[in-house]
Amino acid sequence: MDALWKILSDYTFQTVALGSALLGIISGVIGSFTVLRRQSLLGDGISHAALPGVAAAFLLTGSKNTEILLGGALLTGITTICLISVVTNYSRIKFDSALALTMSVFFGAGLVLLTYAQKIPNANQAGLSRFIYGQASTLLQRDVLLMAFCGAAMLTVVVLFWKEFKLCIFDPDFAKSIGFSVGRINMALSLLAALAIIIGLQTVGVVLMSAMLIAPAVAARQWTSRLWLMLVLAGIFGAASGVCGTLLSSAAAEIPTGPVIALCASGIAVFSLLFAPGRGILHRFYLRRKAQVNAAAERRNEV
Amino acid sequence: MSASVEIQLIAILISVACALPGAFLVLRRMSMMTDSITHTILLGIVIGFFITHELNSPLLIVGAALMGVATVWLTEMLVRTKLVYEDSAIGIVFPMLFSVAIILITRFAASAHLDTDSVLLGELAFAPFDRMVAGGIDLGAKAIYTSGALLLLNAGLIFIFYKELKLSAFDQSLAAALGFTPAFLHYGLMTLVSMTAVGAFEAVGSVLVVAFMIGPPATAYILTDNLKSMLFLSAVFAAGGAVIGYQAAALTDVSIAGSMALTVGVLFTAVFVFSFKRGLIGTLIRRRRQRQKLADYTLLDHLCNHRNKPEEGVENAVATLPLHLCWNDEKLLSAAGRLQKEGSIKIVDGVMYVTNEGLRLHDEFFRL
Repeated sequence: MDALWKILSDYTFQTVALGSALLGIISGVIGSFTVLRRQSLLGDGISHAALPGVAAAFLLTGSKNTEILLGGALLTGITTICLISVVTNYSRIKFDSALALTMSVFFGAGLVLLTYAQKIPNANQAGLSRFIYGQASTLLQRDVLLMAFCGAAMLTVVVLFWKEFKLCIFDPDFAKSIGFSVGRINMALSLLAALAIIIGLQTVGVVLMSAMLIAPAVAARQWTSRLWLMLVLAGIFGAASGVCGTLLSSAAAEIPTGPVIALCASGIAVFSLLFAPGRGILHRFYLRRKAQVNAAAERRNEV
Repeated sequence: MSASVEIQLIAILISVACALPGAFLVLRRMSMMTDSITHTILLGIVIGFFITHELNSPLLIVGAALMGVATVWLTEMLVRTKLVYEDSAIGIVFPMLFSVAIILITRFAASAHLDTDSVLLGELAFAPFDRMVAGGIDLGAKAIYTSGALLLLNAGLIFIFYKELKLSAFDQSLAAALGFTPAFLHYGLMTLVSMTAVGAFEAVGSVLVVAFMIGPPATAYILTDNLKSMLFLSAVFAAGGAVIGYQAAALTDVSIAGSMALTVGVLFTAVFVFSFKRGLIGTLIRRRRQRQKLADYTLLDHLCNHRNKPEEGVENAVATLPLHLCWNDEKLLSAAGRLQKEGSIKIVDGVMYVTNEGLRLHDEFFRL
């Protein structure tokens, strides 16, 4: 108990936990939209495509200032989204192929830029690889402040455009027929996703950002069919994963924080899939068993 | 053989070995499964390493391939519960497995050279250092033989099961109805993809396996409707990307694998933009022609409807037509210009009259 208190009152822990919680809330909310639009892997794609953005930002500005690197990542993220859009609209390549292609080509471009950066004298690009794997434990207070600020802005956008987003996700044809520009609203949603991913890159890294965008949303979906409640639950699950993940990885020795957070999120998702009332897998077993018992009872009555 | 020739040979063998099964993945919309598998094979390697404590054991490769199949199985199982979409299922399973792998590595195998960097990124430049020696004779880089074997395996299996793969790619229900076990083909294809990913990761790294598996086939998909042509073109683009990519990397001294992926992307972009039938430019031109044709025949139909009727002078007048059709003047004038040029209409005193030729074209178009 004492050990627990010691961890909880540690300043670094508090910073990292707060940052992870904020990330959890943001990715839970934004992730709900991407999951419902069946573009969940967009997170994976954009996180990989962020690498050349980070590398280019570093090469062009010579600075390893977080905001600048993240800005570069955001730009390539947006470019990725636009390219995928163009490819799917003007050829018969489908979304998943376009996504896989774009992300791997951009990642390759990132590698080229990184190895190019290695040759520049005095270019210490050691900090760049942490964008690939994330280093939650090195979160600084200013990083957390940036997350909080961006997160608040994104949540405000979600609240302001609530009706439009909700309509365009569930009935885009009707939305178009009453005059909404569905294309622009979709682009706005994708941009929000890109921003959420870029923010989370520092904490959990490229690969695990997918988990943060998808798992809390999937978990929340199992408990409710109402969009606003799903978003709230996803935010809560995301925050919980962030805090628990940080706690668990601090408690044990030498365990990286990012993967543990992702595992917590996945764990919550699996738990929800199994135990959600009315929908979960265990519920189905219960229903099947009840049906079997009833059928057996009926047969006995007939005989 | 010089080192650079060996590297290029390995690259060609690997890229073609990836592109062949990749064609079927693109057709079946399972491209992102490759990303999933290439990440989870890390877990397979880690588990294999924990069992054998040896980095070069073939058990690692077996473990990795098995983990690939396990990933697919878990994902499919999740999809079958109907509680999640396919893409969400992929996005839950592989980060989970990948996280476990990273935790295991950092916690228990940090001292071993199981470098996540080399798994995800790979380095082809070092391949020539690992030689295949038989009976004291240096037969070349080991990677040539492993990638050659992989290519033969993929090409062979695709050749043998061509009809089945073709049918299940395009018409799953018919394949099932005819008795081809779709599950067997599906998991068979996935096992092939896993093994290829494992075989290739050492050379080009996981993420670039995705580039070679999806890029060349997607490029070929734009150019052809024929599956055999698509496979052939995939191989050509894959090999081309590998060689050109290597040359570019050698020239500019950057990451070989990254350069190859970038080349694949450039090839795709070139084909996408400039392909006449299905590329960007071709599609833009074709859609513009379709819009114009629609406009022309709409105008023609309106003119024919009011032809030889008392209101013709008002309905078909150049001045009032924009109002009646809800078009702007520019659209009306360009459509009228096209119709005039092909001889379908005549404009006399500001009123449009349909010619006999125009009437014939109109009836033919609307099949009256």
